[in-house]
Amino acid sequence: MNQQAQVSDRQPGPAARPSGGPTKVFAPWTEADAKPLVEFVDVRKVFGDFTAVNGVSLKIYPREFFALLGPSGCGKTTLLRMLAGFETPTSGKILLDGQDISGIPANRRPINMMFQSYALFPHLSVAANIAFGLKRSALPRQEIAGRTEEMLQLVQMTQFAHRKPHQLSGGQRQRVALARALAKNPKLLLLDEPLGALDAKLREQTQFELMNIQEKLGTTFVIVTHDQEEAMTVSSRIGLMSHGSLAQVATPPQIYENPVSRFVADFIGDVNIIEGKSGGVIARDGEEFVEFHRPGDESVFVARASEPVAPQTDCCLAVRPEKIAVTREKPADAANALTGHVHDIAYVGNLSTYHVRLADGSIVKAQEANRRRIANREITWEDEVWLSWTPGAGVVLAR
Amino acid sequence: MNRFRRTLLIAVPYLWLLLFFLAPFIIVVKISLSDTAIAQPPYVPVFDPALGWAGLKDFLSALDLESYVWLTQDSLYINAFLESLKIALISTSLCLLVAFPLALGIARTSPKRRPVLLMMVILPFWTSFLIRVYAWIGILRSEGFLNQFLQWTGVISEPLAIINTPVAVYVGIVYSYLPFMVLPIYATLEKMDGSLLEAAIDLGCSRTSAFWRITLPLAAPGIIAGCFLVFIPAMGEFVIPDLLGGTGTLMMGKTLWSEFFSNRDWPVASAVAIVLLLFLVVPIVAFQRMLERQQEAAR
Amino acid sequence: MNTRFTWFNATALAFGFSFLYLPILLLVIYSFNASKLVTVWAGFSTKWYGELLHNQAMLDAAWVTLRVAFLSATLSALLGTMAAYVLVRIGRFRGRSLFSGMIYSPLVMPDVIIGLSLLLLFIALGVPRGMMTVVLAHTTIGMCYAAVVVSSRLVSFDNSLEEAALDLGCSPLDAFFSVTLPIIAPSVVAGWLLAFTLSMDDLVIASFTTGPGATTLPIKIYSAIRLGVSPEINALSTILIAIVAVGVIAATLMQSRVTARGGDQG
Repeated sequence: MNQQAQVSDRQPGPAARPSGGPTKVFAPWTEADAKPLVEFVDVRKVFGDFTAVNGVSLKIYPREFFALLGPSGCGKTTLLRMLAGFETPTSGKILLDGQDISGIPANRRPINMMFQSYALFPHLSVAANIAFGLKRSALPRQEIAGRTEEMLQLVQMTQFAHRKPHQLSGGQRQRVALARALAKNPKLLLLDEPLGALDAKLREQTQFELMNIQEKLGTTFVIVTHDQEEAMTVSSRIGLMSHGSLAQVATPPQIYENPVSRFVADFIGDVNIIEGKSGGVIARDGEEFVEFHRPGDESVFVARASEPVAPQTDCCLAVRPEKIAVTREKPADAANALTGHVHDIAYVGNLSTYHVRLADGSIVKAQEANRRRIANREITWEDEVWLSWTPGAGVVLAR
Repeated sequence: MNRFRRTLLIAVPYLWLLLFFLAPFIIVVKISLSDTAIAQPPYVPVFDPALGWAGLKDFLSALDLESYVWLTQDSLYINAFLESLKIALISTSLCLLVAFPLALGIARTSPKRRPVLLMMVILPFWTSFLIRVYAWIGILRSEGFLNQFLQWTGVISEPLAIINTPVAVYVGIVYSYLPFMVLPIYATLEKMDGSLLEAAIDLGCSRTSAFWRITLPLAAPGIIAGCFLVFIPAMGEFVIPDLLGGTGTLMMGKTLWSEFFSNRDWPVASAVAIVLLLFLVVPIVAFQRMLERQQEAAR
Repeated sequence: MNTRFTWFNATALAFGFSFLYLPILLLVIYSFNASKLVTVWAGFSTKWYGELLHNQAMLDAAWVTLRVAFLSATLSALLGTMAAYVLVRIGRFRGRSLFSGMIYSPLVMPDVIIGLSLLLLFIALGVPRGMMTVVLAHTTIGMCYAAVVVSSRLVSFDNSLEEAALDLGCSPLDAFFSVTLPIIAPSVVAGWLLAFTLSMDDLVIASFTTGPGATTLPIKIYSAIRLGVSPEINALSTILIAIVAVGVIAATLMQSRVTARGGDQG
């Protein structure tokens, strides 16, 4: 995993893609007067006695690449299918450009979808698949042919126009499915696990292709995925779902650095969760921090808080392993420090993860880049070591 | 889907089956409770809706179980029932004995050849049933091919009497229904993972015991389906016992046919149909449940 | 399954296939026998085929059978496809288990019961018996077979194909005709063929439900067989077997050409 590398690469990332002036950052969700393209208003969906979506309110803005992320069964696909028109909300409203689309059937919505299975029509050629939707509109023949050609070029499938879907590779099918869904120039494109069927290498390459196409066309994309790396890479914002509700909606760096709950911290990337109680609020170098106490440990820890935490609350301290330093001696000026014995070392080439067992038996993971050859490593199994991190590295979570 | 269209889609095939499949059975039940008469139609009472409620009351009170009582009193019917049961059971077992090695043989050939062999099993099924039964008359007759061959080889000196005996009926049923037994068994065997047998042998089974402990239990669903598909229609079979079994072989289907066409006793023919049906309801329902479960599992 | 060659397999296959094909082979060979005695070979001859061509009653019966089979197979494919769609795609509705019961039970119900009950229905309704009643009866059975064949295809049909069609602007009816039907077409054709064959083949139900002037080929053959074995019947059987063999082989070749081009992947 090289989450951290990707996240830092993405500062500023697509969230900061220029849209208006050269200096203006693309972040319509921070602007009070921005009009959302899609708005979910307290949407619920119940199947029998199972609540798939439980009161979701969400705004998605034009030109966004929005990712719905979550474990399977969290309701993300149901949310997407309600947007496409294949499911109707049990209660609540879905607005498109400010208009309620609840009564509009799927075939009359200016929204197209790219299916997880691609759903390419096996009896039609690549060109006919792409032209399928155009033929259902009132466009003249000439224009349909032109638009089909344009789409074939966009996804670089011109030479395969007359092939049947079964004669294509997985990556080619994926591109045809994308071209078919984009052909009608929808206001909104929905992508249901669009890269799930591709192997890891191809997936990475396709992610960048998707981002380029989205940037070129300026179409709003909503993607459903269970792959956090994919969501981090492609999206302007991530809506992380759990049990039918949105756990957090934020940009990839925000969601990684400032998770609002244990679930979010744990789902995105690797994290150490240390249980304890909150203390008072203190200021340091002009920033506000929260004090944190571990039971049976006299030292005071200092960390940020995504949301205000009252003193003496049961809460936890979440620290990413890559933000923890491992040393033989206690660092003199460390804001947060713990001691323990090296229980295990996992070597993955570029990184080593130290599993350090504390006095109370719990394990804390710390990750170090392997800048030296392994033989020269100075820390080994059962060594007593110190773990330390800065005040800004950890987050105190009450939820 | 649009509500109206959905209703229409369900209603058309549903009403067709209600009218041409379910309603006829109610009429059969009704006629089985009527009495024979020399009239057109040859039974009384006939319900006349013009007479209204009183007519309905008279009509209902005229119905009785006389035909069923008749079935229990004449040993002919009980014998026909037992004979049908015996012939269907023996034929189903024989069919299984012939079909299983064939299905196993096909499943064990190379995947390329399987479709061809499978097609060869199905091919005779597409030719007329009647013709296939007819072919066996030429073989099993006293001056038929089988007797000629056996006499030529010197195995027997006098022709064997096979035609017009239950043996001929067994042969006919096994031959006609063989594909119905082979196909479901093949389907389960083909899906079987070859490494299961290797694992069993690896764990100390001999080839024979691996067959009894692994192959056979895993083929059980196919065997059961195949037995249903042979046993149920064999119970009511008419053509095979009529053409191969001669006058000596009594089966329910034949009895029904002759009650209806020769004796023109419609109430008794209907009663025979109802008894046969009641007997077959259990296997039919069990079979239907099995099909539905398999379809659910495949979904 | 492992694919080792063993003597057991070879014997099983040889025995099984001789059992299946020897009777048919003998039947065909003896249709070219010059002698009236079916089981005594007296030289090659095609005279029985000639006689068959002049048997007007037989030809009439064949024509009736073909028309009945064509009509009932077409109705069966139509109703069977609808029924399959209801079984597979429409979830729960009131009376669903009765419906599926009525679809599956004719597959195993003895012919005599179906024949008798349909005849009694036609009499009760006062329908004059003839070709049309046989068509109705055969359609009732044929649609069940067609429904089973089509539904086994529909089960493996990817639902998202239809959703994709809707998503791209099709009305539900348009989606069915431009996406679903072309994809399931081979199974509908297979259902039609099965219903056609069953209708061509049926003796018992036709005997019950037919009327004057509508004698089908199986009824004709049956009465001829009851009179004894005759080389003319052998000749007729050979013709029918040849038609089926050519049909099945053509269908197989067509299928393998489709598969060579990749076939459908749904």
